[in-house]
Amino acid sequence: MGFAPTIRIQQQPFDTAAETALLTAGRTDIGAVVAFTGICRGSETEGDISALVLEHYPGMAEEEIARHVVEATERWPLLGITVIHRHGRILPGEDIVLVVTASAHRQAAFAAAEFLMDYLKTRAPFWKQVERPDGSAWVEARADDDAAAARWRES
Amino acid sequence: MKLVYFAWVRERIGKAEEEVDLPADIVTVADLAGWLTSRGEEYAHAFENPKVVRAALDRVHAKPEASLAGVREVAFFPPMTGG
Repeated sequence: MGFAPTIRIQQQPFDTAAETALLTAGRTDIGAVVAFTGICRGSETEGDISALVLEHYPGMAEEEIARHVVEATERWPLLGITVIHRHGRILPGEDIVLVVTASAHRQAAFAAAEFLMDYLKTRAPFWKQVERPDGSAWVEARADDDAAAARWRES
Repeated sequence: MKLVYFAWVRERIGKAEEEVDLPADIVTVADLAGWLTSRGEEYAHAFENPKVVRAALDRVHAKPEASLAGVREVAFFPPMTGG
């Protein structure tokens, strides 16, 4: 990897525009940047959401994300990666996760961002608890998230 | 050996971490999960569906048949729901 990726696990909010600008500042080799932001919804089919509470495994979370960042750089010609994942209590409308990928061309940036998000969902040690007006519950893993991650292993 | 628990595994067991001395016949992750299950109702509850509980050895995902040899920290947790 010809660059140092940024990987942060933090409680406080992040600034997507500032993080994206940091990745491209002073460079003329980057032709494409993809920024994906995951946001806390205020409702889902089960009803209204008061907040999400994210627990993580300190140490492993950073290391597991780093392993997938390395794999992304081996698969695509990337020029920069930033991954920020929040933990703690997050309110509807607030950002949860940020993945920014930079490359000379758009295909690598799009694909790497999707790859990293699919693995964050299924392999990074984070667990969401949803607070509803009538109580809280752990979010169950989704089969379609597993399928989304598994398709990168095909072919 | 240090054991750490997360999310509902932590809640069911009632603690976030503990130190244990393993019997010599506990060789794999699955052996350890089985041994813990025998330690009390709270552990049996956490491991009532052992296929659902995931493990990591020294902060790397591990399968049930993985060896515990040389491992310092074992984590048990539900399927991950980040992102």
